[in-house]
Amino acid sequence: MGGYHEIAGGIMPMLSKSIEGKKMKLHEYQSKTIFSKYGIPIPKGRVAATADEAKQIAEELGGRAVIKAQVLVGGRGKAGGVKVAKNSDEAAEFAQQILAMEIKGLPVRKVLVDEAAAIESEIYFSITNDRAARRPVMIASAAGGVEIEVVAAETPEKIIKVHIDPLLGLRDYQARDIAASIDLPRELWREFSAIAAGLWQVYKNTDAELAEINPLVITKDNHLLAVDGKMLIDDNALFRHPDLAEIRDIDEEAPAETEARRHGLSFIKLDGNIGCMVNGAGLAMTSMDIVKLFGGEPANFLDIGGGAGADKVAAAMRIILSDPAVKAVLFNIFGGITRCDEVARGILAAMEEVKPEVPMVVRLVGTNAEEGRKLLENANMITAETLADAAKKAVAAAKG
Amino acid sequence: MSILINKDTRLLVQGITGNEGIFHTTQMVEYGTNVVAGVTPGKGGEWVLDGKVPVFDSVKLAVDATGANASVIFVPARFAPDAMFEAADAGIPLIVCITEGVPVQDMMRVRSYIDQKDVRLVGPNCPGMLTPGEAKVGIIPGNIAIPGNVGVVSRSGTLTYEVLYALKLVGMGASTCVGIGGDPVNGTNFIDVLEMFEHDPQTEKVVLIGEIGGTDEDKAAEYISSKMTKPVVSFIAGQTAPPGKRMGHAGAIIEGTAGSAAGKVKALEAAGVKVAKHPEEIPSLL
Repeated sequence: MGGYHEIAGGIMPMLSKSIEGKKMKLHEYQSKTIFSKYGIPIPKGRVAATADEAKQIAEELGGRAVIKAQVLVGGRGKAGGVKVAKNSDEAAEFAQQILAMEIKGLPVRKVLVDEAAAIESEIYFSITNDRAARRPVMIASAAGGVEIEVVAAETPEKIIKVHIDPLLGLRDYQARDIAASIDLPRELWREFSAIAAGLWQVYKNTDAELAEINPLVITKDNHLLAVDGKMLIDDNALFRHPDLAEIRDIDEEAPAETEARRHGLSFIKLDGNIGCMVNGAGLAMTSMDIVKLFGGEPANFLDIGGGAGADKVAAAMRIILSDPAVKAVLFNIFGGITRCDEVARGILAAMEEVKPEVPMVVRLVGTNAEEGRKLLENANMITAETLADAAKKAVAAAKG
Repeated sequence: MSILINKDTRLLVQGITGNEGIFHTTQMVEYGTNVVAGVTPGKGGEWVLDGKVPVFDSVKLAVDATGANASVIFVPARFAPDAMFEAADAGIPLIVCITEGVPVQDMMRVRSYIDQKDVRLVGPNCPGMLTPGEAKVGIIPGNIAIPGNVGVVSRSGTLTYEVLYALKLVGMGASTCVGIGGDPVNGTNFIDVLEMFEHDPQTEKVVLIGEIGGTDEDKAAEYISSKMTKPVVSFIAGQTAPPGKRMGHAGAIIEGTAGSAAGKVKALEAAGVKVAKHPEEIPSLL
């Protein structure tokens, strides 16, 4: 069953996502609720937080039910997070087990209890942004299910892709073409076209970066049913979707990342011991690259963005220093729209409050750099002129 | 010579009365850029910068009155798509959108529309461009670059400043520096700018600054190996970025194996491009 698969040698490094703007992930049950609003048929069922609730829902469904862990990571099926219960007692038992699980470090807080569908075959169906083509693309395959990526890699001809004009939207004939291309029985074309139209509306009206049904099943009684769903929403568009912003599951995020987002900072926790604070995503990645080039390991990616004031800088510093692994901090600020004296004030404010014990290396260049350096003169920080010099000093400082 | 902007650029600023608009307009004028007009709906008839620059209610009115031939956009993300449509409809041939955080579906609609017109859009989420000694359109600090023969094109902001500054420290100057922005869907790609540099007599060498994600650098490598005669030096940010999670199955199906820094470096090197290990190494490779 779907999920956020992590693949060895992943092709979409998480940092590139942070440059592109982060995406808000929706749970399966949230995605399917949205699908349903747009006329896409989904199994009967509800979400439960306890075994008792799960039992109650299974009883309403007639006993037999699928219990599915609701976590925002992939691999839940393999981890035992999806089970079919024969009756409501078994539903309670499975819910109990699954709610006690951790999947890839994330505790399962909710399960979805769904009517078990009688499955004849599984279709893959999604819409996402094709960055290279600069337009949305609908993707479908008759070979749906968990092995869809293998299908894509080994038999790409079984994957149908149809680009959609962003100004015109999905045309009816395109939906029919997809149905025909995946050899869908003719009597299901009408149902499929309605689902395709619904999925396009879901994508467009929620500013989704991905709306995926996998599998879309053909049931034994010959209807289509969206058994699993997944959605990613463009964070940049949340201003026009307050209803979606509200259902963001912050329990599933690292607290530091939630805190960073609250302050408008772009932050990703990494495994090293050199904390990094930089303005601009490209320069932040470059600073990490250079730290590594000189034998160090960055503890985080942190971009304070353009024009950050002292408050934001102080928040960034608190977040970096809250990581006990951090043995040194590197500040690399190239002032343009950001003023170095503002950054210096933020650093001083945070130092007052946090009283850091780790060495700090600071490099200020550009707008008001001179004023910034002056402010930090008595702050007992190591200063650097060039990027390479700063990285070398931070690596040495972390080694103690 | 230079590309895109020069002394003859007659610049219009959309969102001129906002905080960022007025701050950067001041900087651009101080640099010597010919800012002829500003637009803020509802503030037509006012003047900014001590009566030097007139404000209009619409782009069309501003163009009719001043003959502006380029526009720079500083309006907030939720209004930026409309600002781009408005500039395109008013017939402005060069639109530079600085605004960060424009939703990607908006950008797909804007790009699709603009592709049907004879308009060049740069950005969004970009630092703009600088032709040292002549004009600056956007937010690149003017004092970090000197005039010269190196064309610079970049997906990044502050990283671009690092490179310009590193060049200046060794006495190397830029013909024009173009920040195309890091968003997944934008107006101008590497290839567009490389082609302009290839045909610009002042530009003798080119620096290309890329990042992980997308396939733009790979396409640039193809272009360089088949069409470019001028030497290109590059740096790709994110070489040590850990591989992470992808956008479900659809991401894998669409993007294939593209997007990694290692892949981009390999493609560029195969095209004869020297790739720097860090930005301060770029001047010596030139």
